[in-house]
Amino acid sequence: MSSSEFLSQFLFTLISFALLLTLVGAVKRMLLWSQGQSSTIHWLGLLQIPRRYLVDLHHVVARDKYMSNTHVATAGGFVLSSILIILLYVFQLKLQILTWALLGSSLLMFVGSIFVMIRRRNPPPNLSLGKWQRLPKSLMVFSLSFFILTLPATGILPSDTGGWLLAVLLVAGIIWGIGEMFFGMTWGGPMKHAFAGALHLGLHRRQERFGDGQSTGLKAIDLSAKKLGVEKPIDFKWNQLLSFDACVECGRCENNCPAFAAGQPLNPKKLIQDMVIGMAGGDDAKFAGSPYPGIKVGTHKGGAIIPIVNVLVESETLWSCTTCRACVDACPMMIEHVDAIVDMRRFETMEKGQTPGKGSEILENLSATDNPNGFDPSSRMNWAADQNLTVFGHDEKKQEVTEADVLLWIGDAAFDMRNQRTLRAIIKLLRAADVNFAVLGDAEFDSGDLARRLGDEATFQRLATSNISTMNKYQFKTIVTADPHAFHCIKNEYVEFGGNYNVMHHTGFFAELVNQQKLKLDNSKELALTYHDPCYLGRYNGEYDAPRFLLESMGVKIKEMDRSKSTARCCGGGGGAPVTDIPGKQRIPDMRMADVVETKAEIVAVACPQCNLMLEGVVEPRPEVKDIAELMLDALIDDVVEDMVGAQV
Amino acid sequence: MSNNNLSVISLVSIGEHPTSRRPRRAEQDARAIELGIKLVGDNLQTLHAGELSDDASQQTALRSYLGMGLTEINLLEMPENADAVLVIAEHLKQKNPDIILTGVRAENGESSGMLPYLLAEQLDMAMVTSIAEILSIDEVNKQAEVLQALPRGQRRKLKVDLPFIASVDMAAALPRQSAFGPAMRGQFEATLGATFTDEESSDWQIVDAKKRPKRLKIIKAKTAADRFKAATAKASGGGGKVVHGVEESAQAILDLLVEEGLV
Ligand code: SF4
Ligand code: SF4
Repeated sequence: MSSSEFLSQFLFTLISFALLLTLVGAVKRMLLWSQGQSSTIHWLGLLQIPRRYLVDLHHVVARDKYMSNTHVATAGGFVLSSILIILLYVFQLKLQILTWALLGSSLLMFVGSIFVMIRRRNPPPNLSLGKWQRLPKSLMVFSLSFFILTLPATGILPSDTGGWLLAVLLVAGIIWGIGEMFFGMTWGGPMKHAFAGALHLGLHRRQERFGDGQSTGLKAIDLSAKKLGVEKPIDFKWNQLLSFDACVECGRCENNCPAFAAGQPLNPKKLIQDMVIGMAGGDDAKFAGSPYPGIKVGTHKGGAIIPIVNVLVESETLWSCTTCRACVDACPMMIEHVDAIVDMRRFETMEKGQTPGKGSEILENLSATDNPNGFDPSSRMNWAADQNLTVFGHDEKKQEVTEADVLLWIGDAAFDMRNQRTLRAIIKLLRAADVNFAVLGDAEFDSGDLARRLGDEATFQRLATSNISTMNKYQFKTIVTADPHAFHCIKNEYVEFGGNYNVMHHTGFFAELVNQQKLKLDNSKELALTYHDPCYLGRYNGEYDAPRFLLESMGVKIKEMDRSKSTARCCGGGGGAPVTDIPGKQRIPDMRMADVVETKAEIVAVACPQCNLMLEGVVEPRPEVKDIAELMLDALIDDVVEDMVGAQV
Repeated sequence: MSNNNLSVISLVSIGEHPTSRRPRRAEQDARAIELGIKLVGDNLQTLHAGELSDDASQQTALRSYLGMGLTEINLLEMPENADAVLVIAEHLKQKNPDIILTGVRAENGESSGMLPYLLAEQLDMAMVTSIAEILSIDEVNKQAEVLQALPRGQRRKLKVDLPFIASVDMAAALPRQSAFGPAMRGQFEATLGATFTDEESSDWQIVDAKKRPKRLKIIKAKTAADRFKAATAKASGGGGKVVHGVEESAQAILDLLVEEGLV
């Protein structure tokens, strides 16, 4: 028997055997996922996998051009090679064209693997080491072995080139390569991300996210369930467990996480890896990436039916998150970190009553007064005593109305002196544009954003349903609000409770008015100004343009920060983070203000009351913080006077 | 602390939020529960005098005690016009508790703060007011060491014989958070109370309480340090003295009036 005949027979056995083992591994892995709770299975999504991989996933990967090209070459070469290898060596289809194709695809993969290797020479801290350092070598050995193996078959080299020595080397290389690429794929190697990732793309819990869609609202839970929230890994939905397995440990989430940067004990990448450990059982000793700041790796373990918090993951880790969604937005595998974090918070709050910091007090206030700080609910309108606002209601003596074009949602800024200035500006602008608007007055409750993100779904649902039933008593076309959190809740999270509204953030609404010339702005403002994107307006709702349009309409050339739009750094004010107040090395708002200072701007324009408070809380000297509405009021050309003069003539 | 053989009953009422006036868990009663749980854990018994109201917010308020981790609350059912003190006393007599915990005063209703005293009288037990903590219990000698809260953060350690009633002060440890899940799943065990009708209260007229007028403190301090002292110093009640004799008494009153600029 010649070495080439031996190789061919051997490969048949080896590859068939490896495929069998891979299959067994796949079934085992699926059984792990199936421990989770039931959730809709989107079968049709499976057909979309190639498209979602090529379009949606690469859309994210392409933020790093180097990596996206590398991945296309490596992954494309690998998928193609695998198919060809199976056709050639398992089904023994000895077609010359297939051989040539394999030569090409393995070469492509080899080229890709060289770039992977280069990237891994001095890996940045967000990349994991350990088995991930081995991967480029495995990719190389796999592609090179098949390339060399195929050369004689194409006739470029005479068969039996290299004789038995090369044959032995090839066997070794192929065993290594196939071990990593096929076997490792379903037995927990780094290639697991390809197998789990593909299925995750198809079966994703938020199908709406694909094809440039959006799905950012938290999902409601049934409050009469036996257990509220996630205590153990098996309490996650099965497709959430699957999603954790898709993580490639690329660390993009880590790079974008404000809590991680501030030295708080949270690293979204490690959190996802811990969920994998929890699901499969084991400890975190082998984790080869950045730890949770301040917590040593290798000190925690978990299992599918072992409670997660304070065993596998410290509670401070969960409560450090600002729910800014930077991780989710940066994740090429479209993993939903925030969902997982809030699921676990729900158990902490609703089953254990362990909301840290001021959490418990705030939630009690929300129950007793419908606002987080426990102010007298009948004093909600005190700030507007001089504003003469029209209020929705049925009392004609008080000149209440049941109909208006716009419902102006005030939010909890009503109780805050700083943000009352923004509200006054908005009211002046609305009046200048002759908008017919009314407010809910004392009947407006907190939107429930804070309660929900603190894990108190019960309070959220009560507030949401109360607000919905109040609003449903009146007729209006649009809800306008200056608070992106309320905006997000009412727009995306009230839907599950029957509230379907056309909601606009004040910047979006004013942008329309400026466009229609109903508001005229002085465009000669030469301000050294930068704009801070609120997470709940930008990443949660994709609104990056309207605020910028308004600023440009005032003649401002925005000095953009490095981290802006979808990569904007959170101000630190979301998700109840100021309430739980988990200590770190520095404060998130200070870091954001440093971003502002770097642009040499003298003013930072904001579009959210929470950002306003967080950034104004940074010690002086620092740039001034102003809401876009305030800036607009300064630039407003009030042509009421001109009109009056015109009318007289 | 393992006080397994100790029988502790905590009385809970439905409180009222000071600004929204909505029903809630009463702050002192919640502290009493917290203290009780720390003392005897799951063995803590909880008693509420009254029926389970149909009103959802009343129920939620009562359930929020369950949310602290209690498995059940005992309801002592009685008609509206019953004299709660007598009904509770009758019930407690049969239970023979070692310690009964209450708040200092209810957040609504009569809010007289008399309940613990009257119960103590009925049950012939010692009564300790405004405690902040139970330090230790000596089950052999049937004695407890408790910390009583006094104004301005002062504490007094007291020894008291079991059984006793204690009213729990706001200075006691903050109550744990009430969690929604356990609150919804906790149970109410109803018992029918004895019938004692409150004869007197039916004749009462009830009006809202008025705030008592408060004397303005006039501080004539010149420096910041003086102002600080005046704001933090303990009000010295040094002016008080016992005066005998008509002449002297009249003189003392006259002096005060002159001092206040009233004559
Ligand atoms: S949502 Fe923001 S704070 Fe939370 S883990 Fe993701 S990046 Fe970090
Ligand atoms: S969670 Fe996503 S972004 Fe984070 S390391 Fe994993 S794949 Fe990368």
